Amino acid sequence: MPVGNLNSQFFRGVATVTEKNMRIYYTKPPVIIYGLLLPLIMFIAFYLGRDIDFRFFFPGFLAMFLFFIASSVGPLITPWEKRAGTYERLLSFPVSVNTIILGDTAAGMIFAIVINLVVLAAGLIFLHYSLNVLLLTGGVLLGAFCFASLGVLLASPAAPNPSYIMMASSLIRFPLIFISGILIPLEKLQGTVRVLSYFSPISYLVDILNFSFGGHAQYPLIFDFAMLFAFSVVFIFLSNRFHKRNLMKGL
Amino acid sequence: MKAENDNIIEVDGLTKRFGSLTAVDQISLSVKEGEVFGFLGPNGAGKTTTIRMLTGLLTPDSGKAFIDGFDIKKNPIRAKMKMGVIPETGNVYVDLTAKQNIILTGKFYGINRRELEKRAGRLLEEFVLYERKDDVVRTFSKGMKQRVNIASAVVHNPDILFLDEPTSGLDVQSQRLIRKIIKEMNKRGTTIFLTTHNIEEANIQCQRAGIINKGRIAAIDAPENLKRIFQETQSVEISFNKPIDSGLIENSQLAERIEQIGDKWKLYTDNPDGLVKYLAKLAQEQGLILTSMQICRASLEDVFVKLTGDNPIR
Repeated sequence: MPVGNLNSQFFRGVATVTEKNMRIYYTKPPVIIYGLLLPLIMFIAFYLGRDIDFRFFFPGFLAMFLFFIASSVGPLITPWEKRAGTYERLLSFPVSVNTIILGDTAAGMIFAIVINLVVLAAGLIFLHYSLNVLLLTGGVLLGAFCFASLGVLLASPAAPNPSYIMMASSLIRFPLIFISGILIPLEKLQGTVRVLSYFSPISYLVDILNFSFGGHAQYPLIFDFAMLFAFSVVFIFLSNRFHKRNLMKGL
Repeated sequence: MKAENDNIIEVDGLTKRFGSLTAVDQISLSVKEGEVFGFLGPNGAGKTTTIRMLTGLLTPDSGKAFIDGFDIKKNPIRAKMKMGVIPETGNVYVDLTAKQNIILTGKFYGINRRELEKRAGRLLEEFVLYERKDDVVRTFSKGMKQRVNIASAVVHNPDILFLDEPTSGLDVQSQRLIRKIIKEMNKRGTTIFLTTHNIEEANIQCQRAGIINKGRIAAIDAPENLKRIFQETQSVEISFNKPIDSGLIENSQLAERIEQIGDKWKLYTDNPDGLVKYLAKLAQEQGLILTSMQICRASLEDVFVKLTGDNPIR
């Protein structure tokens, strides 16, 4: 098989893994609960009964929805497949670990973008923004990829039950919401929380979306995009390392 | 580089360690194109570890394995394109239908949609699944799930099929259907590499068998040749109309090993003629009736037990 064909085999593998994940995992209860219901509940808990400029906070909420949805698919897939006994069979196909990682990431990314389009449409209809569409598109695409790759990284530890991974992933994901400029604007974060915000990938998407919707950003946009890209690379690299190390555990 | 001989699987010095345990120790074997090769061994012998290395799931610590000329370590994707695999613990996707499972697998191998639909239809008929093609696999019996598994594994017409305990836990009908499918696939030219605990299955289906024990190859040959090696595993099976004391049989000094199996005695000997005459005389002297007697050549099970050290001792 020539190298050119190996490349097409790789992309074909990624596409097929993505299709498999979309068919099987989008309707699994943990994805619905941790990906859709939880951010909705958080949004309602924050907004209801409070006098909040929703137009100001909408970009942050959009980032929150994108984060939760994109990062909720990945943690479920590998642990579920290992428990169901389908993972070894998947590995026997002409795929590599990287194929599986990228396929899982793509599934989370697509799910998040589709749902977020609904949230975005609702926001545009009721709140009348004038958007920077190009920046918004770039930010959402890169943000979705980054958060989905985090989800896949969270799936890499060996665990006897997918629910262990979902709960552990929530312990990591939830605190990020509070340090990322979603509930408290980035410019108002102070002290330790301000420092911690630099370590959250969501902060950079919030900044991009704030600029896309309202024309104001805390950091240079090139910095925001670079950080999202850097986080993505780190998450994919670590996913590769840890998934390979734990490949046979749980089989 | 493709293989220049007609060996489609070549293994040379393959080794795999898990910490201080050497699960597979310097095994070497080859399988000819179109052969049905059985790989036998007791639990924990290294069969599944070996298959996992040959199918690219595990990286060997040393040694080489070539699948149709492709080094499984250096060219895993190319090697995997040549094979279909049914792992022992490999399940199909129960949330998908039988047809969806087959088509999804075919996509991994680059088969176009139209051709996939044709092949899926043919396989569903062949594997007696057509009427349930649009039912989710969760509703299937174990035997039906295994048939979906095998159908998916062969959708791309692989040159080699690896099966790890394919009939384990299945009812008799499913076992027979799967053996029939394997036989037909082999007739069409597919090389079969099969691990099994069912010695009789290996005896019937395999042209050659390799026996692995404690990570090392104990023997590789055609089943009949393996049986001939162990002349002393000839035996006389006999039963009497009433129980007898084993000491009466031991007195013959012709039986090397004696096993009591239910109401029968199995006496291992290299002199079956002498032993039969002794037993006939014994029956007459003791007033016993011989209810059954036969001379048995070594079975593959006997060979297996002898090589893997599970012999009961007199």
